[in-house]
Amino acid sequence: MTTLSDPPKEQFRLSMLLYDTRYRSATIQVIAMLGFMLLAAWLINNTAQNLAALGKPIDFGFFTEPASYDINQRLIDYTSQDSHLRASIVGLLNTLVVAVLGCVTATILGVIIGVLRLSKNWLVSRLMAVYVEMFRNVPVLLWIVFIMAIMIETLPSPRDFRGDDAEASMSLFDTVAVTNRGVYIPDVLFGHRDPETDEFTSWRTGLGDFPVGASESNPACASYFASEGPFAGRPGEGCGTFQISLDLMVILIVLGAGIYGARAIANRADRIQEATGDRPTTWYLRLGVIAVPLIITLWVLGFHLGYPELRGFNFSGGTHLRNSLIALWLALSLYTAAFIAENVRAGILAISQGQTEAASALGLRPNRTMNLVILPQALRVIIPPLISQYLNLTKNSSLAIAVGYMDLTGTLGGITLNQTGRELECLLLLMLIYLIVSLLISGVMNWYNESVKLKER
Amino acid sequence: MKKSVLFGALTVAGLAATAAAAGTLDDVKARGKLNCGVATGVPGFATPDANGVWNGFDVAVCRAVAAAVLSDPMAVEFVPTTGKTRFTALASGEIDMLARNTTWTFSRDVDLKFTFVGVNYYDGQGFMVPKELGVSSAKDLDGATVCIQTGTTTELNLADYFRINNMSYEPVPIETNAEAQQQYLAGACDVYTTDASGLAATRATFEDPSAHVLLPEIISKEPLGPLVRHGDDEWGDVVRWSLNALIAAEELGVSSANIAELSKGTDNPEINRMLGTEGTLGEMLGLDAEWAKRAIMAGGNYGEVFAKNIGENTPIGLARGLNAQWKDGGLQYAPPFR
Repeated sequence: MTTLSDPPKEQFRLSMLLYDTRYRSATIQVIAMLGFMLLAAWLINNTAQNLAALGKPIDFGFFTEPASYDINQRLIDYTSQDSHLRASIVGLLNTLVVAVLGCVTATILGVIIGVLRLSKNWLVSRLMAVYVEMFRNVPVLLWIVFIMAIMIETLPSPRDFRGDDAEASMSLFDTVAVTNRGVYIPDVLFGHRDPETDEFTSWRTGLGDFPVGASESNPACASYFASEGPFAGRPGEGCGTFQISLDLMVILIVLGAGIYGARAIANRADRIQEATGDRPTTWYLRLGVIAVPLIITLWVLGFHLGYPELRGFNFSGGTHLRNSLIALWLALSLYTAAFIAENVRAGILAISQGQTEAASALGLRPNRTMNLVILPQALRVIIPPLISQYLNLTKNSSLAIAVGYMDLTGTLGGITLNQTGRELECLLLLMLIYLIVSLLISGVMNWYNESVKLKER
Repeated sequence: MKKSVLFGALTVAGLAATAAAAGTLDDVKARGKLNCGVATGVPGFATPDANGVWNGFDVAVCRAVAAAVLSDPMAVEFVPTTGKTRFTALASGEIDMLARNTTWTFSRDVDLKFTFVGVNYYDGQGFMVPKELGVSSAKDLDGATVCIQTGTTTELNLADYFRINNMSYEPVPIETNAEAQQQYLAGACDVYTTDASGLAATRATFEDPSAHVLLPEIISKEPLGPLVRHGDDEWGDVVRWSLNALIAAEELGVSSANIAELSKGTDNPEINRMLGTEGTLGEMLGLDAEWAKRAIMAGGNYGEVFAKNIGENTPIGLARGLNAQWKDGGLQYAPPFR
């Protein structure tokens, strides 16, 4: 006869923390954690103490003081009387602009170059190899400075456009001016105004801007609150925290609705095709449902283009793409595209040859094989390293000061830091902002990666 | 650039407290070398020549201090700094003094914790434009593209000036004088603005200086002078009185030509006190009796330094103007050696 009894319950002893393998790893981790926290506390305490001894305790109060410097490229209203905080936001927006432009361009270029590098055409694939090696192996700072130097030294300055037999002339039917201060392109305007009186000349006035956070006490908002009727009053510059273009909003809504309608038509065509085997021709319907409402909306809003013209020292009117922006954007895109091209090539090579052969056996032509079979599968290999490339591009944009582009590093980490002398505060904040931006990019890209991942059932 | 700012900031955090506590004078003596922050290259004020030897108006101040403290005007380690890095370099103890046409302002003195020991050049911000633009006054600059060195007071003066006069402009921020020059000459900006002395110095290096004009408006006061860290008054005194010795020497007629003779003793007790044949001024400073004599011998008195580096007979061609001795209607005025 056997009796089953519980083994005697083992008493917990302190020494077991060290000698019992069940607890040992936890003990070591707790000790390491404590040590790390002590080190961090010592560093922070030491910094705070030394700063206090220097008479410069950590203080972010300077952010509300007037910045007193001007910034050339600003996406929101800004004058030298605005605060350091607003100057930093202007800089952050400039960083984001160049990062977004750069990421989009680098992706397009990178995919094309990566695919072409695998081309069977010897010349094309060699040329792409040269491109990749050339851009990948030269520091991006040199590319930025190089492109800037080329633009400054070879392009005509605005004063060359003056006179009857001017040395330079505008391109594309006199709509675009390429100068060594940047490129002036036509900008989009709503509502025709009389140049003399600044009054609207027709009922198609557009909707104007909506000032977010406007207050009636602000003199810049006087005309906005004074006028009767919806959309009649226009906020002045500096009214509200920032302004949203209502015209753009309406256009985006109409465009979105048009695309939705076009997709609904396409879905209907799919259903008919599945039911009957015949696909009705719908391309003109789909085009019409997007284009017609859009054109009507644009007409109603009084859409027209404002062309740049030489006035005084510079071109005025139109949108000014500064040479600093172009140099930074081009250099970052070309440089990062070389890395993305290698990622794309790696992704494509990771798809087994059998896939291509199977696709050919089904009768797909090579470019459809690439678009429909290879690239969708390659994406899951391409995207994770692509995230790092986007992060690199965003962080590399901090080299902007080399060409005088006023990004976040140029405003918060440059002039503000220098004029206020608050090095530690500015740099800590700068690091925090770059960290947040990078985490956001990587969060969004990881979400996208989840959605294109191979779904296994 | 970014690295050095970050490094500087960390060093401020880590080291400055100890650096300020110990005497900079003792540090310099022990090191046998003066670390002096200068500009990255402004002709006439601070530039290395073909042999890598630094020369210029600001450099002369460093040499005078080195001669007074270390008996050797060449015992200087020049640290080129930009408008952005200079204060961090000084605050962190990377340099002992900064002589880099730096404007004496309230916030730099009080908030950034520096001590300006004097003014070696009274300057003001001006504008330079190509002659072919046909501009004769800064009031005509509405809408112009303006090149500025970032991280300087010029940036703030410029914003104020255009704002007060209700004009618009397009600022092009640039890191160094050389880059600004390149952009200005290529026509990427219409106007270059910085201190009038800097403009004259820059124009002197152009292929055709006569094709560019300095506009008559001077839009700010820019007293430029050497500075040291707050909290080490002994060291501040050494730099202050080395500079004053140069200025006083000109006033008293002591020059590098006659100093050897005068230091044997003269009838003028102030000269005697300054050159160490009478009294114990050197001892009070923590130096020997002949400190001022060596400082003056390093490059001559203030007038000689001015004439040699930036005066009317040099390519820079600056008139004494405000920088003449007070007896000649200028502002240069050294307190008495007593």
